[in-house]
Amino acid sequence: MLDQSEYAFNELRHLVSERAIQGETMLLNMGPQHPSTHGVLRLLLELDGEIVVNCFPDIGFLHTGIEKNMEAKSYEKAAVMTDRLDYLNNLGNNLVYCMAIEKLADLDVPVRAQAIRVILTELQRIASHLVWLGTHTLDLAAISLFWYTFRERELILDIYEMVSGQRMMTTYFRPGGLWRDVPVEFENAVREFIKIFPQRIEEYEAMLKENPIFIERTRDIGILKAEDAIHWGVTGPLLRATGVEQDLRKADPYMGYEQYEFDVPTQTAGDTYARYQVRMEEMRQSLRIVQQALDKLPYGPVRSNNRKFVPPPRSELGTSMEAVIHHFKLWTEGFDMPEGSVYVAAESPRGVLGVYLESDGGPKPFRVHWRTPSFDNLQILPELARGHLVADLVALMGTTDFVLGDIDR
Amino acid sequence: MNKELEKTASALVERYSVELRESRGQTNLIVSAEDIIEVCQTLRDEFGFNFLEVETAVDYWPRQEPRFHVIYQLYSIEKHIRIGLRVPVSGVSPGLPTLVGLFANANWREREIWDMFGIRFEGHPNLRRILMPHDWQGHPLRKDYPLGYEEVQFTFNAEEIDRDKPYAEE
Repeated sequence: MLDQSEYAFNELRHLVSERAIQGETMLLNMGPQHPSTHGVLRLLLELDGEIVVNCFPDIGFLHTGIEKNMEAKSYEKAAVMTDRLDYLNNLGNNLVYCMAIEKLADLDVPVRAQAIRVILTELQRIASHLVWLGTHTLDLAAISLFWYTFRERELILDIYEMVSGQRMMTTYFRPGGLWRDVPVEFENAVREFIKIFPQRIEEYEAMLKENPIFIERTRDIGILKAEDAIHWGVTGPLLRATGVEQDLRKADPYMGYEQYEFDVPTQTAGDTYARYQVRMEEMRQSLRIVQQALDKLPYGPVRSNNRKFVPPPRSELGTSMEAVIHHFKLWTEGFDMPEGSVYVAAESPRGVLGVYLESDGGPKPFRVHWRTPSFDNLQILPELARGHLVADLVALMGTTDFVLGDIDR
Repeated sequence: MNKELEKTASALVERYSVELRESRGQTNLIVSAEDIIEVCQTLRDEFGFNFLEVETAVDYWPRQEPRFHVIYQLYSIEKHIRIGLRVPVSGVSPGLPTLVGLFANANWREREIWDMFGIRFEGHPNLRRILMPHDWQGHPLRKDYPLGYEEVQFTFNAEEIDRDKPYAEE
């Protein structure tokens, strides 16, 4: 009756309905190698015809033990692993990790570094939403948009390559500031992007806003109510599309977000189309923030001057014995973190991204826990999918905008 | 400390046997395993901490009593404040009551803690491994679990390893 292994059946027996055991409904495996699961997610579906009766996400295929590995590395070296969590929000991960260290060590961040961090994470938000838009519409059979969004994303990745030498795994933010200052071409490249991007959003919307197929596939699909969203710990655009105006950039500003003017877009419908509207508007707001941050980008150092945590510049090594000692200590052993624990959170493109960092006073983190938005957002998927068609499930996976690297860690 | 947070913390200290700890501008309460459900319920219903942001654990091996701390961060969406709870858990058959009844997303978070630390949550509807394969032995985030390698057995430590890791026998 069941094609599953004995184990799967026994484990899931108490989860599936009586009808599945009788053979009235079908159990179908979707993924882990399925193009619309955006990575390696396995969904076990219980189907009545084409209607989803229940769905069980099975995660862990991308589990790389990053939390465990970080415990074996010094703080600065562990920063490299943060890029690999949510690979569409590398700089956002860098940012939260650095914020946690800065909070625990009471390390200052120069204003120029803060402004550049804001510019780059907002560009990252746009890039992440572009990948979402491209793949989401691709899942809904609108292939052309995918090429357009990836064209614009390339411009952002070029900016990353310019500042850090890497397109994706940048590790550009370091505890106490940035790896190094941005090159002179940076400002023009960002201005160029700000100039062309608003029209491009218009172009995307022209393709989707009045597109009957797109509307048909997204309106009233997977309606989420505000109280359910909060009960399930859902954050980010999913929560804002239910009418809750919750954004950590406004609620609990970090990195000087309080000095920028921007709106938190919300919708009340809570369906897939509302989530699409929220994300489109978020891209415009991010652009506004980038524009303001760039206009008043201050000059000055980009890394803290605290030599106990930040290695001295190369130029000092030839003349100062103390600098040589600091250089040696910081690059071999790393810095000793004061004892204690902090929890720091920031708004990633997918929701609340938090780091719980605990130190026992040594040069390696005692415990790092990543509160990743996709982990909680995926939990709601069965609730959203119940009663919809399998084809709508594909739309729901797209609109949840999860990244498996973020879920499995 | 934030006024609201102060009010909440002092009310809880009065009502339950909790210990208040503040560091780096963050408020943490040490709560016993018996009280955790009630404390969370009070925080959610009376003080508006309606959002479970984090649930995770820390292992203090080789210390045994308490070996683990289970950590919660509750957030209030209306007031934009956050409170941390820490529950000490013994290293001998670690367990504590589940929060699934109060916050739905505790479901996967507790499965992750079970998977990674081997802490049982009584009353959890589906306490299976979530990230590791279902037939995995051991709990990877425990401090006595080696990182990516198995300890080599020699005559002098073979028995010790077999005792710590029954699955090492082969």
